[in-house]
Amino acid sequence: MSTSLPADQPASAGESADELAISVRGLSKSYGKVRALDGVDLDVKRGTVLGLLGPNGAGKTTVVRILATLLAPDAGTASVDGLDVVKDAAKLRERIGLAGQYAAVDENLTGLENLTMVGRLYGMRRAQAKARGKELLDRFELDEAANRPVKTYSGGMRRRLDLADALVAKPPVLFLDEPTTGLDPRSRLNLWETIEGLVADGTTVLLTTQYLDEADRLADTIAVIDHGQVIAEGTSDELKDRVGGERLEVRLDEGADVQAAVRALASMSDEPPVAEDGVVRLSVRERHGTIVEAVHRLSEAGIGVDDLVIRRPTLDDVFLALTGHVAEEPAEGEDAE
Amino acid sequence: MKRLVMDTLVIAERNLVRLPRAPDLLLAFTVQPVMFVLLFRYVFGGAIRTPPGITYANFLIPGIIVQNIAFGGFVTALGLNEDVHKGLIDRFRSLPMARPAVLAGRTLSDVVTNLLSMSILTVTGLIIGFSFSHTTPLEVIGGVGLLALFGYAFSWVFALVGLLVSSPESANSFGFIAVFPLTFISSAFVPPQFMPAALRAFANVNPFTIIVDAMRHLWIGQPAGNYVWGAVVWSLVIIAVFAPLAVRRYRRAAGV
Repeated sequence: MSTSLPADQPASAGESADELAISVRGLSKSYGKVRALDGVDLDVKRGTVLGLLGPNGAGKTTVVRILATLLAPDAGTASVDGLDVVKDAAKLRERIGLAGQYAAVDENLTGLENLTMVGRLYGMRRAQAKARGKELLDRFELDEAANRPVKTYSGGMRRRLDLADALVAKPPVLFLDEPTTGLDPRSRLNLWETIEGLVADGTTVLLTTQYLDEADRLADTIAVIDHGQVIAEGTSDELKDRVGGERLEVRLDEGADVQAAVRALASMSDEPPVAEDGVVRLSVRERHGTIVEAVHRLSEAGIGVDDLVIRRPTLDDVFLALTGHVAEEPAEGEDAE
Repeated sequence: MKRLVMDTLVIAERNLVRLPRAPDLLLAFTVQPVMFVLLFRYVFGGAIRTPPGITYANFLIPGIIVQNIAFGGFVTALGLNEDVHKGLIDRFRSLPMARPAVLAGRTLSDVVTNLLSMSILTVTGLIIGFSFSHTTPLEVIGGVGLLALFGYAFSWVFALVGLLVSSPESANSFGFIAVFPLTFISSAFVPPQFMPAALRAFANVNPFTIIVDAMRHLWIGQPAGNYVWGAVVWSLVIIAVFAPLAVRRYRRAAGV
């Protein structure tokens, strides 16, 4: 992977531009009356992964489309690899790779034909493009399917080919728009490992996802986006710390009095417990003795317990705490389109 | 400019490579036109009056080829619409390729498919009784060139349609709602002089009539007037109007 180390960058770019692969300031975009983006600021250091996390309709895809030069912002600026996404769009397209949730590959072409076409559209000669295509097919374990039309590929294979398309020109910056949406767990894990490999080689990645475990695993920094605004930014641990300590989850017996359980447990937490679908969740001040205490209180109140667990906060908790709704809940309005 | 030519050729090649792998599309411009020729020749042919001295087979073939060529751009509309929906247009737009190349490649590959369906139709025509008459080899070849140019022009109309409509089905209905009446209310199948007054008035100014008459002039020596330059001008005007509109639309196209 030909990664742009700071030394490769034009000296005039200045020190901060050298360090930042992506820099976004005050980015806004509206579709009619819908404000898809409302003043987004983002910085991504070279060779790191930024996870853009948010529900459908939060504006994630709009950010990617603007950074990938597919869409012009209404206001604000964005630069990728030191190039302005509007003014230097033509030049920038040689430096980025885009892989999306819709697996933009031609179903009636073979895997190799797809990659060769993309290579030639990057300006390579036919032989060169073909060689690069074969290299990528090997790397993504698609070599056996190289000469089969893509319509015979599985979902996971298509995503890998889509990602391979994005890597044809060895771009220093990669945009992945919900790369694993709709994939089975094995293909997901597979793709995660591939992305980790790219990052290890020095590629900068901006990744959108609505899966918290995905952001947790891949991203160095996470920006939580909701209603077109970045509402929190930090490492996974930093975000979890914002939510506070250990979480207690109590699954009640069917038909148990949820409100009574909430009342019984309330004084164990600084915040009111949240009850949903027969599960009561609360953050607790300390792990030690918590389970015994909870069981004691619930049995005293005559409430049957099905299951009870104590765990570190997940990004789900972060999202709930930050936005007041769970991550998977679709917001009103379409995402970006 | 060199980049535009290269990228256009890459896209055109892609369209042609994938064509035999989409058999339903292939049928649309091979078997379907033949069926229409046979239906018109044998079902309507006996009932349609032709100008004196022209058999219906000779009258029909230039007309039906023009209609088919007008529909040839349909492959572009369907293909572009599919590319938009599958996100391929997003991929192309994120690549450092010449902006108009996706559309130029599309319309260029249509020329190839149009030539294919043109040959199929001409051979079918010769079998059912069409013959080149009162013409020279140069005029016959000129006719092929004119058809290619007109088909290319109409591909740009379909390129715009393919980018504007929401689904392949809508592109399909555009074909039937707009292009069908336009070709039928022209001199393609029935001489306008036998139409009701209002239709005749329309048919006489319909560009399709000019193209069809130009083709007849080149291939069967009738009508006597020379409509070829009119047909060329019409084709160029269509390109001049629709190519910039389609390219402008492409720049703003968005995937699903």
